[in-house]
Amino acid sequence: MPMTRPKAIVLTGYGINCDDETRFAMEYSGADARIIHVNDLIENRKKLRESQIFIFPGGFSYGDDTGSGKALANRIKNNLLEDLYEFIERDTLMLGICNGFQVMANIGVVPGFHGKTGEAQIALEHNSSFRYQCRWVDLAVEKGCPSVFLRGIRSLHIPVAHGEGKFYAPPDVLERMKSLNLVTMRYRLPDGAPARGEFPYNPNGSMEDIASICDTTGRVMGMMPHPERGMFFTQRDDWTLLREDYRSRDEKLPEESDGMAIFKNAVTYFI
Amino acid sequence: MQEARYRIEVFYKTDDPRGNVIAKKLNSLGYPVQKVFLSNNYLINADIAAEEAERIARMLVQPVVESYSVNLPYKPERFAFAVEIGFLPGVTDNVSHTVRESIEDLLKRELDREKSVFSSVTYYLDGDIDLDRAVEIGRELYNPLIQRIKILSKNDYTGDSGMGRAVPVVSIAEHPSADTVSLDVPDEELMAIAREGIADSDGTRRGPLALDMLSMHVIRDYFNEKEKREPTDVELESIAQTWSEHCKHTIFAAEMDDVREGIYRRYIKEATMRIRREKGDRDFCVSVFEDNSGGIAFDEEYIVSDKVETHNSPSALDPFGGSITGIVGVNRDAMGFGMAARPVANRYGFCFADPRDERPLYRGRDASTRLLSPRRILEGVVHGVNVGGNTSGIPTPQGFLYFDRRYKGKPLVFVGTVGLLPRKINGKSAVGKKAMPGDNIIMAGGRVGRDGIHGATFSSEALSSGSPATAVQIGDPITQKKMSDAIVKEARDLGLYSSITDNGAGGLSCSVAEMAREAGGFIVDLEKVPLKYPGLSPWQIWVSESQERMTLSVPGHRTGEFLDLMKKRGVEATVIGTFTDSGRGIVRLRGEAIFDLDLDFLHNGLPRKKLLTSAPRAPKPHPDFACPSDLTANFLEMIGRLNTSSFEFISTQYDHEVQGNSAVKPLQGKGRINGNASVIRPILSSKKGVVLSQGLYPSYSDIDPYSMAACSIDTAVRNAICAGASLDMLAILDNFCWCDSNNPERLGELKRAAEACYDTAVAFGTPFISGKDSMFNDFKGFDENFNPASISIPPTLLVSSIGVMENVELAQTIDFKREGDFIYVLGTTRSEWGGSEYLAFIGESATGSPYIGDRCPSVKPDEFMKTYRALELAVREQIVSSAMSVERGGLALALAKSAMAGMLGAEIELPSVPVSSDMRADMMLFSESQGRIVVTVAPDAATRFEQLCRAIPHAQIGKVSGGRHFLVKDAAGTTVVDATIDSMLKKHKSIFANY
Repeated sequence: MPMTRPKAIVLTGYGINCDDETRFAMEYSGADARIIHVNDLIENRKKLRESQIFIFPGGFSYGDDTGSGKALANRIKNNLLEDLYEFIERDTLMLGICNGFQVMANIGVVPGFHGKTGEAQIALEHNSSFRYQCRWVDLAVEKGCPSVFLRGIRSLHIPVAHGEGKFYAPPDVLERMKSLNLVTMRYRLPDGAPARGEFPYNPNGSMEDIASICDTTGRVMGMMPHPERGMFFTQRDDWTLLREDYRSRDEKLPEESDGMAIFKNAVTYFI
Repeated sequence: MQEARYRIEVFYKTDDPRGNVIAKKLNSLGYPVQKVFLSNNYLINADIAAEEAERIARMLVQPVVESYSVNLPYKPERFAFAVEIGFLPGVTDNVSHTVRESIEDLLKRELDREKSVFSSVTYYLDGDIDLDRAVEIGRELYNPLIQRIKILSKNDYTGDSGMGRAVPVVSIAEHPSADTVSLDVPDEELMAIAREGIADSDGTRRGPLALDMLSMHVIRDYFNEKEKREPTDVELESIAQTWSEHCKHTIFAAEMDDVREGIYRRYIKEATMRIRREKGDRDFCVSVFEDNSGGIAFDEEYIVSDKVETHNSPSALDPFGGSITGIVGVNRDAMGFGMAARPVANRYGFCFADPRDERPLYRGRDASTRLLSPRRILEGVVHGVNVGGNTSGIPTPQGFLYFDRRYKGKPLVFVGTVGLLPRKINGKSAVGKKAMPGDNIIMAGGRVGRDGIHGATFSSEALSSGSPATAVQIGDPITQKKMSDAIVKEARDLGLYSSITDNGAGGLSCSVAEMAREAGGFIVDLEKVPLKYPGLSPWQIWVSESQERMTLSVPGHRTGEFLDLMKKRGVEATVIGTFTDSGRGIVRLRGEAIFDLDLDFLHNGLPRKKLLTSAPRAPKPHPDFACPSDLTANFLEMIGRLNTSSFEFISTQYDHEVQGNSAVKPLQGKGRINGNASVIRPILSSKKGVVLSQGLYPSYSDIDPYSMAACSIDTAVRNAICAGASLDMLAILDNFCWCDSNNPERLGELKRAAEACYDTAVAFGTPFISGKDSMFNDFKGFDENFNPASISIPPTLLVSSIGVMENVELAQTIDFKREGDFIYVLGTTRSEWGGSEYLAFIGESATGSPYIGDRCPSVKPDEFMKTYRALELAVREQIVSSAMSVERGGLALALAKSAMAGMLGAEIELPSVPVSSDMRADMMLFSESQGRIVVTVAPDAATRFEQLCRAIPHAQIGKVSGGRHFLVKDAAGTTVVDATIDSMLKKHKSIFANY
């Protein structure tokens, strides 16, 4: 058993709505995870200094008004930017899921090319369908990417649920990201081939099928898909079909599914 | 008009994905639009320096893809017309609220809440269009009841200063006092007050009180005899809200023929009481019919609650606003259940007219009263639940679509919410809430405006030209989400309040009076109620249905703590009065009483109606037509009709995975086919599940309302059993949506349906735990030629089922899983195709109108229950590899959906199907006999399965094949249906492919 469980903050407030299940995933994986309201964090920044993992969970912060993630990013930039940079500079982990990724993109911490300016370098635009998409996707983890969260993972089957997840980066930013291996996951076809923009495998029209990126340290990552919605076997969209195989082999059903590995990697980093 | 200091326009500098989709949509509607550019506009009307305005603009931009301008109109490279759409003054503008909060956070100073920021969107249309076309496109993009529109040609736009900076501030003539209303007037005037509303000083009427003459007399006598004074308008409006059909269910409560206690008590409530008595120790009901939702036991520690509402009338006028306020409103029924349950799942069900029907209807004699088309209503309603459910972080797995031409005047919008509540909070029962005398009355959440005035009384009437536009409400899910989190996740468990209820129909007038029943009285100081804008009359403040508000009773010594917590969470909360034990409800305005009533009269003074019914109409003739020798074409048509088609476009836009609780999903199998039940796992550390389903057969009402209701219950029950529920832990909810309910014949149908509810629920042992009715779903107006037209919906009963299952790992889905599995049908197929989808199809093909027929399916609970018990066992023993309830469209649809879901073929032998008597092949395929289930079983489990089924009608009718061909053979061995799974999927998903 580890000496101490790493402390994780799961942010909440203003329409964040995946905080409970994200906290559950972290606790299940061995962290000491707490849900903290953004206003409480502004009032008591010390909590950031006491923690090792910080998660921006999914949700609809400020109802996506003026563009997803923008208003919460502004709230952070207006009140917590320095503290957030201090947090990242320590040997900590930061993960943004869905709306959390949109917030992190608007703060600029992924890919993190603009220092401490708080400026965005990439965008998560309206889906090409201009429609909210809740569906399961297949993801390929990019070989050689430095993300701590994806160690030992080659592919994932987890869902997306968003209206604004179309990844866009200007050509120079994209080139730099690729040369540094900062693209961490891409949408792919069920057979493993690249999605090449094909809907619904690439559910939002993301440039080069990009679903997730990290910074150069590999400790800060944003992803559009939801690992916490694919952490258990019975959350999968195909589990009743897979169950037939387990039954015919007379095997017990597994407890976990693909998404849990991301949270376990986060905890393992500190053990 | 006042001008804002700054107008910030934000627009794409790269390709705008929104514009491409909108252009495509407009093209599909026939408009020659090449390209659409957009700008998001923010009018800022505050004392802000130019440099600050630049900072604000930079904050509003995504700098990688967007740019902005301040006080300089955006000019896209090419466009013919610019169309700006914003909200009308006073209509909730959520975006502007967020922007104001961000500006305040940036500048660290406060701005005026309602008058400082306004948002709008401009569409720049490029293409060969003239002004008329631009106006038509504008109509497609906006709703005149809630939005304003400005259309400028490129010349006018660029030559002038773009769209300008005029701000839409509410200006209402001040009328800040209460009036008295004389009721000692002739009956004609009393009638006018009841039907059209209290007259203002200029003679205009305020909108319907929707009270009958009997009630008006009782109210007049009460004031004459007990209070010895004339009523105030506040009192009269308040009584009308409290006594409305919408709130008091006067028809279900009325004496009906020989049913003295009324059909609600006799058939609905008594069914539940009897079931609970008969279940004894195994009774799982915890709180039924008493609170904002009904609650059943989940496990030792939790209760699961459920409530289904309708929001029909508001959705007819403003489909988006009506459905979003419907869904966030019913979420508050979870929050208002017990000490506040956490919403864990939403349900929906929409009944529309054919979206391809473009013939207009008008509410009045002029073109401006045109109803929105069925397509616009469908799109708006679907989108409203999308935004309401998704933004609130509540999964929406379970729902259905149903179409009938008679929903053209009024759509039905069913919305429901399942909640989770600990049995005990701080050692006390979480369902035993009680407002105490001396507690503060606190209103939390949104502010009060004129929105939703007369919602409760309006929905108690038919839709007509007199329907008030103010009845429309706009939802603000984020304001509610903040409040919900602060209450359900924090204040509740800190024990900061003693009771809670939601503000729905009737607003404060109903919520405060309702809670005062627990304490014994109330005093409210109306000037303390926070308003969106000044100028509201006292009666408007008291009955307004402005959204996102809860009323709480908070003990004095916890009030400071409660208010502090709300403030820290960005939730507005205000003490507006005190609960008392005086027996009276008192509302004061600046110290002066403007409402002072005996609470007993308010709650119990409503005279009970006596209603007489007449026998329902005679059944329709039996249509005569031959069975085609090749049924493949009919089969393909039948799986792709409005009522049988895939509605995947809804399932994928409604987040059903949030909270991580989804186990059986709305789309099942590799073929992604809509199932008919959902399973959630609301507590991630427990394997227990909640099964949700629905049943609804309006078409059977035309033949036999008794069978209609029985079939709805049977279907809701059977669907849940197929997904893994047990009859031992299954409850149901009723939503009656009726029409023309002053008509004895319609009441006769209602009574028959209610009788069926009793008989069927008692037989199955499935108690009703909550219900709601909507009795006047009629439209009175004008057709496309301005001839008078009235349209009544078919009597509709939605039955929703909710069950608790021990282990979600035992849940089952509809998809065929493996080649070689045996296909069984359980239950008997009978010559019952009256009201069926097949007869509707045949009739429409032959005559343009659906055939109805004379014999609709009937329910035989004793026989069916044996089938359900057998399936329960088989599911528990895990020997079933798929289970599909046979519903609308019959055996053909059930088999087709399982095959399409599994992307596997099937070989079916019709002669093997258990039948009650000889019947033709199309009858066997499309009869909608109830109590039937299609099941697949692996060959090695077949012996055990047949053993479990030995006492029920069952047969192996074929097997799953790998060939992706769906083949059906008749008694002569002839192949009567031969279709590929690919062609079936294409047909099944065609109608809504572009939605």
